[in-house]
Amino acid sequence: MKSKSSYWVKTLQNGLIGGGISLLLGLVGMALAFGKTYIISGVITMGQIFILSPFLFEAFMSVRKAPSKKPSMLLLAGGLTGLVGGALLAAFVLIGEVINYRAVLVNASPNLFALLTFNLSLVTGILVLLTASLVTGLIAAGVFLLPERIKAALSQAVMVVVLLGLFRDLIVTVMLRWGVVQYVFLWMFAASGLKIIGALVIFVLIGGLAYWSKGRDRKAIALKRSPRQQQVTRWSTLGVLGLLVLLLPVILGSYFSEILDNVGIYILMGLGLNIVVGFAGLLDLGYVAFYAIGAYTLGILTTTEAVGLLHLSFWLASPIALVIAVFAGVILGLPILKMRGDYLAIVTLGFGEIIRIVVLSDWLKPLLGGSEGIQLIGKPVVGPLVLANQQQLYYLILIGIILAGFISIRLKDSHLGRSWMALREDEDVAEAMGINKVTTKLLAFAMGALFSGLGGALFATKIGSVYPQSFSFIVSINILSLIIIGGMGSIPGVFVGGLALVGLPLLLSQFADFRYMIYGAVLVIMMLMKPEGLAPEARRRLELHGEEAGPGPQNEPQAVKNNPEAPGGD
Amino acid sequence: MAILVSKKVTKRFGGLEAVSRVDLEVKEHAIYSIIGPNGAGKTTFFNCVTGFYTPEEGEILFNGKNITGLSPDRVTRLGISRTYQNIRLFKNMTAVENIMVGMQPHLKSGVLGAIFRDPRTKREEEAAVEEAVRLLVYINLQGKGDLLAKNLPYGEQRRLEVGRALASKPSLLLLDEPTAGMNPRETQDMVGFIRRLRDDLGITILLIEHQMRVVMSISELITVLDFGLKIAEGTPVEIQKNPRVVEAYLGRGAASGLGQARTAV
Repeated sequence: MKSKSSYWVKTLQNGLIGGGISLLLGLVGMALAFGKTYIISGVITMGQIFILSPFLFEAFMSVRKAPSKKPSMLLLAGGLTGLVGGALLAAFVLIGEVINYRAVLVNASPNLFALLTFNLSLVTGILVLLTASLVTGLIAAGVFLLPERIKAALSQAVMVVVLLGLFRDLIVTVMLRWGVVQYVFLWMFAASGLKIIGALVIFVLIGGLAYWSKGRDRKAIALKRSPRQQQVTRWSTLGVLGLLVLLLPVILGSYFSEILDNVGIYILMGLGLNIVVGFAGLLDLGYVAFYAIGAYTLGILTTTEAVGLLHLSFWLASPIALVIAVFAGVILGLPILKMRGDYLAIVTLGFGEIIRIVVLSDWLKPLLGGSEGIQLIGKPVVGPLVLANQQQLYYLILIGIILAGFISIRLKDSHLGRSWMALREDEDVAEAMGINKVTTKLLAFAMGALFSGLGGALFATKIGSVYPQSFSFIVSINILSLIIIGGMGSIPGVFVGGLALVGLPLLLSQFADFRYMIYGAVLVIMMLMKPEGLAPEARRRLELHGEEAGPGPQNEPQAVKNNPEAPGGD
Repeated sequence: MAILVSKKVTKRFGGLEAVSRVDLEVKEHAIYSIIGPNGAGKTTFFNCVTGFYTPEEGEILFNGKNITGLSPDRVTRLGISRTYQNIRLFKNMTAVENIMVGMQPHLKSGVLGAIFRDPRTKREEEAAVEEAVRLLVYINLQGKGDLLAKNLPYGEQRRLEVGRALASKPSLLLLDEPTAGMNPRETQDMVGFIRRLRDDLGITILLIEHQMRVVMSISELITVLDFGLKIAEGTPVEIQKNPRVVEAYLGRGAASGLGQARTAV
């Protein structure tokens, strides 16, 4: 029985991988950074969750691949995976008694050992660690045995509890703004994380709700409604959503509005880059250049400092900034029309750096302020109102996003959108179909530069000053990553990607140190498991997963079928 | 009434003359074939006509207008359209979208039209979809408009490629080995289809083909290329009898020709 023995080898492997991941999370310092962040006060910290969750995940992987679905078999596989992972950690702790890791691994501190041994003495601690890993593995197997509906309800309930505990500080800050309403919620939170009773109530509430809603057959209910009713439902959902988006800054207060503004500017730029990369397939790594051009143009034109030109108002200066950004987009587009793929990426990357260095140069210092940048940039004025604070600027950014989103949707569904797609698919053939490569590509660059320039102008007026440091290469990479995470070419994907990649790190300040590590890990995992992104365009899903593959384990890439190479002739 | 005239067209790659001094005259409404052994320069000649390559010497006239050196999109807009030896559909676009890309030369709305979707753009778009569906029926792909091109069976991909070429309403259609990789039945269908294109739509057909049975049954005139040179021209019967052609395909000529090419490179 070769297959069976190879399965057990795989199980051991999974256990070691789980142990390895949790060890890694410990050694990079992530587990410790969350060592005092309780999810449920006095019961479990986020650090412990970081240490144990890899076992849960790996045990689940083991169980999923089990050759037989007998409960005893599954429990054995899950438990073994957890235990092996725990053993790896235990070995690490034991060796740590003899060898001092800290010479190389700075985070292998006594605190980490205390975390791994649950603040107990060495022997008891290791026993508890092994037991905890074993139990985690068994839980994974147990959950796997439950019916789908309960499984979904359980995982949702756990997710909500963890999120509430993790974001406790932020939630409490927001709730304190709400007057009487706060008393409905505040009782469930402890000084750190949730109170035990709070966690229980939330768990039961969310679990029950998820169980109930999973049981309803949405399609059947939707079909029973008349088209008119359906329309009413749709519009009212949209209305509520719209109202929520409008009221967000009021509900959340200025701290969150600041975060929303940042996310919004990234989404705006993401929508622009999505046209260039997602629609037209032109890999642009110097996208930050147009952001810088938009920001600096607005800065120069509106600043009240002596270096400024004209001292225009925001409303007069921003169209000029946009025109100049678009112009720059076309200028960059012209020399690189003939380039494709990697070459294009390198040239645009160079362009982005050139802009930043030119801005820093002594030559332009009298105009652009060199490394000191430009201060005192004008704020938009509407009648008697100066849009100065984060909450007011939110609405300006929102208008920009709505505009960009609308234009994106319209363009995508036009013959220009199809031309872009055709160019992306096969440039030579597209040209032979009568598509003018020059104007079509330049239009993509121009649209991208337009939204990036708008993002830059809004950024400049929001911060009130611009510095060359704000326009480094990493901005381009961030925007590109958020598009990839959301799903190339997908407009909702830009929003999802922006919230996940820009919003989350801002919300969780503890994550700040690990931001780029998580970034990298998320990108790698996404490309391996879900290359079409979190909110993929329908077409991409088809491309990567064949005919209408639902979410789930059947993620094998579709075999190349019906597509034999034509025999070579001439 | 020659629709396409090639005068001493020469295309070189480094020291190799892929096409050398080829003269050719395709009459309107003709079905004209170019044949020749592998590497004879047939596809290179197609690429010169459609603007992918600019020939070093010679001229190409289309309806009396010199099109030498025009970019591919301009050539297409004048009314020449083509298919490829190895199918080059937009694989990740649907069948309808493929055809609609082919209609490019006839769509006039611009960026602003797309954004504001004014009545004219709307009408144009609707008409385009309607036309695309009609073309799908014509190439016998009705009901498959929403499938991705890459998910169509091989024969249908070939037909879709012809459909996409037809969408630009060409007066001259260049087909590069349209029956490559097809079984005898599919080949026969394709031959009938090509005839209908000429008979029903009045399109002139210029064809590269390897299957002799197809070439001999469908063509009115044939040009034979060998190592870039035109070695014969004539009706199918004449070509079959021509000793130089037989030599190029089978005999001594091929062997000595190979030697020449080696010294040329």
